[in-house]
Amino acid sequence: MREFEYARGASLQQIVAGLGANAAIIAGGTELLNWMRLGIADPPRIIDLGGVDGLDRISREGDHLTVGALATLNMIGEDPLVLAHATALGQACLLAASAQVRNRATIGGNVLQKTRCPYFRSEVPLPWGCNKRQPGSGCAARNGINARHAIFGWTDACVAVQPSDPAVALSCLDAEAEVVGASGCRFIPMKEFHLTQQEAAALGSDGAELETRLAPDEIIVAYRIPVRNGARSAYVKVRERASYEYALVSAAACVELDADRIARTDIALGSVAQRPWRLATESLVGASPTREALAPLIQAAMSDARPLPQNAYKVTMACNAAVRALLTAAGQS
Amino acid sequence: MSIGQAISRIEGVAKVTGRAKYAADHTPPGTLHAVLVGAPLACGRLLEVDASAALRVRGVTRVLSAKDMPRFGAVAPPAAVLNLPLQGERIHHEGEPVAIVLGESPAAAEAGRAAVIVHCERAEPLVLGAGEREAPPSPRMLGDDLDMGDVVHGLSVAQARVEQTYVQAARHHNPMETSGTVALFENGKLTLWDSVQASGNVPPVVAAALGMKAEDIRVIAPHTGGGFGVKGYVWPHQILAAAAARILGRPVKLHLRRHDQFVCAGYQPWMSQSIKIGATAQGALTAIDHAIVNTCAIADTHLEPSSEASKTMYAAPAIRTRQWLERININLPTAMRAPVEGPGMWALESAMNELALELDMDPLDLRLAGYAERDPHTGKPWSSKKLREAYEEGARLYGWRTRRERPRQDGPWRVGHGMATCSMGSFRFPGGARVRLRADGTARIEANTHDIGTGMQTVFCQIAADALGLPLASVSIDWGDTNLRASGPVYGSSATGGTGSAIALACRDIKAQLGALGGGNDPAVILRRAGRAEVAADGAYTLPNGALFSADGEGTPYAMRSWGAVFVEVGVDPELGVLRLRRAVGAYSAGRIINPKTARSQMTGGIIWGWGKATMEESVQDPASGCWLAKNLSNVAVPVNADIPTDITIHFVDEYDEHASVIGSRGIGELGATGVDAAVAAAIHDAVGVRVRDLPILPWKILESLPRA
Amino acid sequence: MPQVLSDPSRHGDGSAQPSWSRRLAVKLRLNGQPQIAEVSPRITLLDWLREEAGLTGTKKGCNEGACGTCTVLIDGERMNSCLTLVAQCEGREVTTIEGIAGADGGLHPVQQAFIEHDAFQCGYCTPGQIVSAVACIAEGHARDEASVREWMSGNICRCSCYPQITAAVLDAARRREGAP
Repeated sequence: MREFEYARGASLQQIVAGLGANAAIIAGGTELLNWMRLGIADPPRIIDLGGVDGLDRISREGDHLTVGALATLNMIGEDPLVLAHATALGQACLLAASAQVRNRATIGGNVLQKTRCPYFRSEVPLPWGCNKRQPGSGCAARNGINARHAIFGWTDACVAVQPSDPAVALSCLDAEAEVVGASGCRFIPMKEFHLTQQEAAALGSDGAELETRLAPDEIIVAYRIPVRNGARSAYVKVRERASYEYALVSAAACVELDADRIARTDIALGSVAQRPWRLATESLVGASPTREALAPLIQAAMSDARPLPQNAYKVTMACNAAVRALLTAAGQS
Repeated sequence: MSIGQAISRIEGVAKVTGRAKYAADHTPPGTLHAVLVGAPLACGRLLEVDASAALRVRGVTRVLSAKDMPRFGAVAPPAAVLNLPLQGERIHHEGEPVAIVLGESPAAAEAGRAAVIVHCERAEPLVLGAGEREAPPSPRMLGDDLDMGDVVHGLSVAQARVEQTYVQAARHHNPMETSGTVALFENGKLTLWDSVQASGNVPPVVAAALGMKAEDIRVIAPHTGGGFGVKGYVWPHQILAAAAARILGRPVKLHLRRHDQFVCAGYQPWMSQSIKIGATAQGALTAIDHAIVNTCAIADTHLEPSSEASKTMYAAPAIRTRQWLERININLPTAMRAPVEGPGMWALESAMNELALELDMDPLDLRLAGYAERDPHTGKPWSSKKLREAYEEGARLYGWRTRRERPRQDGPWRVGHGMATCSMGSFRFPGGARVRLRADGTARIEANTHDIGTGMQTVFCQIAADALGLPLASVSIDWGDTNLRASGPVYGSSATGGTGSAIALACRDIKAQLGALGGGNDPAVILRRAGRAEVAADGAYTLPNGALFSADGEGTPYAMRSWGAVFVEVGVDPELGVLRLRRAVGAYSAGRIINPKTARSQMTGGIIWGWGKATMEESVQDPASGCWLAKNLSNVAVPVNADIPTDITIHFVDEYDEHASVIGSRGIGELGATGVDAAVAAAIHDAVGVRVRDLPILPWKILESLPRA
Repeated sequence: MPQVLSDPSRHGDGSAQPSWSRRLAVKLRLNGQPQIAEVSPRITLLDWLREEAGLTGTKKGCNEGACGTCTVLIDGERMNSCLTLVAQCEGREVTTIEGIAGADGGLHPVQQAFIEHDAFQCGYCTPGQIVSAVACIAEGHARDEASVREWMSGNICRCSCYPQITAAVLDAARRREGAP
């Protein structure tokens, strides 16, 4: 890491001012330090969010939960309100990383983590092309090793996936991020917070650099998660070892039953695209919460998948993960 | 009686309090921190190392490149790499050191590394699959080609045949402590604190490279944070640390970054094994034909001699083995727990399990049908072999014969069972030790042996305590320093036998001296009565004909090998492709077990090592660039605690092998890591009917092999 | 709590601009002793402990937070010191393996259990395992085998002592419950 100037932010105002002065924010630091070691980020200044009060609270206000951006993944994963009203989020938090990382990693920072693509995660000098690291250099994964890469939303410029577990749950639960910037505050729906490469290209980016709708001068301060009576949710994470590893695919599902039929359901898939991938679920309304009924419907909802040469398995795996998450949420798995 | 007691490790307090010191824990005054700069591409020519920006980084003191280096003298094994870096312009592999950044702090040196610009002329690398295949040097002690009997005929008359190819990915050792060397010159003499498995290997290599006398080099290495084979031979960075210290006139600490561990030291190579076995309907083998390829580096050579398994495991009248190397632009592989049989039995035991299905025989019965009463290719009797007892007890502990009575489904998991034979040749090296018995009734062992986690120190004290008739608490040991009595390396599962035998011999000498002093029951009394402060003796364990290494009882009338059987229960989630180890039993014929507590830990560690190999570990080479895709622990998986059940049962058959060592023991450290992969693959097939012959068996390989639902 | 988090003027000391430093004097407590760490902001807690504070018990395994070897406690919570800047420890209590001991100054029950259950081999991951285990038990995550295995998975052991580590943590947790 190169040397940098450091400031402790005493207030949100100072943090926003710091962003304006080309500072990177450090909250937990579990991503930023590695970006700097690899050369992914090289900020001349770092402003520490850790000292700002009041940003880590978890509370319920009427029809929604508020989760402060500085709440750590362990805090969220063991919070009774989250376990009761946003189960998928709690599960996603506890399935992420390790206990040690979860004690530092914040929910505000976690959704801003970057892809685990090994071509991207190489240290300088890169022996291959990566459009995120060096715009215009190409995408080595596109025709290289791409077993863990995207099946939706990718372009020839980049085939990376967004690995955050909590982001998948937040998308599924229709959460919104409350963000503050130089020009005030706004809400960004989490199902649109991240951009696929195609969506980024449509916004004028070269398809590899732009990853979220967060402006450079903005910071997430909290999430609002709607609480729906009778809704239950669950998160399923598929990986080759039992813990402390990123997903091959994951799925968050939220379901409301009416008698023994699905009245409403939302499903988001993780690690299949550069954003949590929401499935169209209208066809599932009225369906029986059984594997036999759901698998073909979810498969059909994924028919627009565009696998790469090595990751066709993700279509089956993600479909089955979604079924598993839905059945778990419905309590019938 | 100390031997056979489950004694807690004597260095335990040091380790649990953080007081045990590893190489990079030493920081002599004035130490410079070194970070290597590696070649950024796999093949080509180095044009220039531009250190100008690096030298402007605050805290960077110096950047060394080839022009600053002396011409190294020629090195020979036990140097791993003979074509030393920072000497010329040819780039042999990605990550080959081309410069050394020296800084006042690790942070400064790391920042300096990132600022060095290496200009190269790229040439197209030879990558996996495109390399030249060649026959390895011959003759060779291990892995030599065998052509015994008539394999073609044997296969043609077989009533059942298996012909398959088994592949395993390259895997790095990934010890928790990366290799590291601290080098300090004082008055022309060099002291190295080094993370090694055989510090005795270091002085001759470093001396040859730097034009010094080996006796002017001292290596201090009491604790090594995991070796598994990667810290056995001498790697270039060890020489570079010393060279930098001499050039700078200051101590240098070169603790390899995790990234550099992937390219600056070895790994177990990618291997493809084609095997044909034929058998009668009763399961008697008629022929084994085993052809093996392993990748290795362009200029340096490593053969993974995995054909030994097929020569020694089962009775067969015809056995043919052939080995090849495929040279590609990558860093040099090396031995890994377990070498030789580790890969060899992935193929052989998998083929045997497939053959059992062909014959509609229980896989255990097929092993019993092929039981070799003598070494198949030499005809020698075994020094001691209690494999039948191991099969039987292992099967009993596992419930192998009644496995079909267990539930086949457990929630989302389909449950399957698999087994395999385990084996390792008894590698032996000469061993040495000095023992001092003092008039206060205490004894001290001195031997330049190493603690890589096997529990050596405790075992050696137990041996000496027994031999001298002392309580264990009265025996202590000095180890890990080339100033001490030279001894054998801590690899090849050889140290208990080699150094342990030397200790036993030294103690015999001491007892003889005590006898000459009048004898009696209490050594302390004997010495005091004789007016002696101490008696001391040197123990030397030697091999026949003064050999420096013996793989399988050469020079003796016996073939020497350790044996076992592993049984695993695996859960497969057929919807997600995920695997879980549910329980395992390992039963072993490994000679006398000195300390059942530490020995059990070695075996469970081996089984877990095998699980990792079977289900998750791989180091992938990017096909376009020839570079390792990931050089870190976040993209390369090794088992974590949640992967491993506590239900792992270990059994040792009661055995004393009087030929393999003076103390009746054989090696165990690597034995447990053999056969596991084949047992796991068989269990997966048992569970869901899927046969994967390409390790690691990742979830997508399961899904891709399952019939579409 | 404030209803409107998003109004920046409702927070802080009124000063809008942060104050930048190239060098810090971080006040922290280290194993119960007050310390002032004079560091460049980029220095990690791991490097500072090992190179400046003279405490080499905490080990470096990967320097990217992927192995847990560098685990320490910060205000009693376990964290990877390679992912922590010294700067982030202002006002905090840092506990390393050197600060883990029993109430009488002897071995902590976790340390004792590790020895008895042979829960280490090469010993390199052991300081991190022990510090992590102390916190795991205090967190209430050592209820049973499954919770220990999951909540100790942030500490990789390549010698693969996992069954012994699990047994040691469960044993130490039980002893703690039995203690007066």
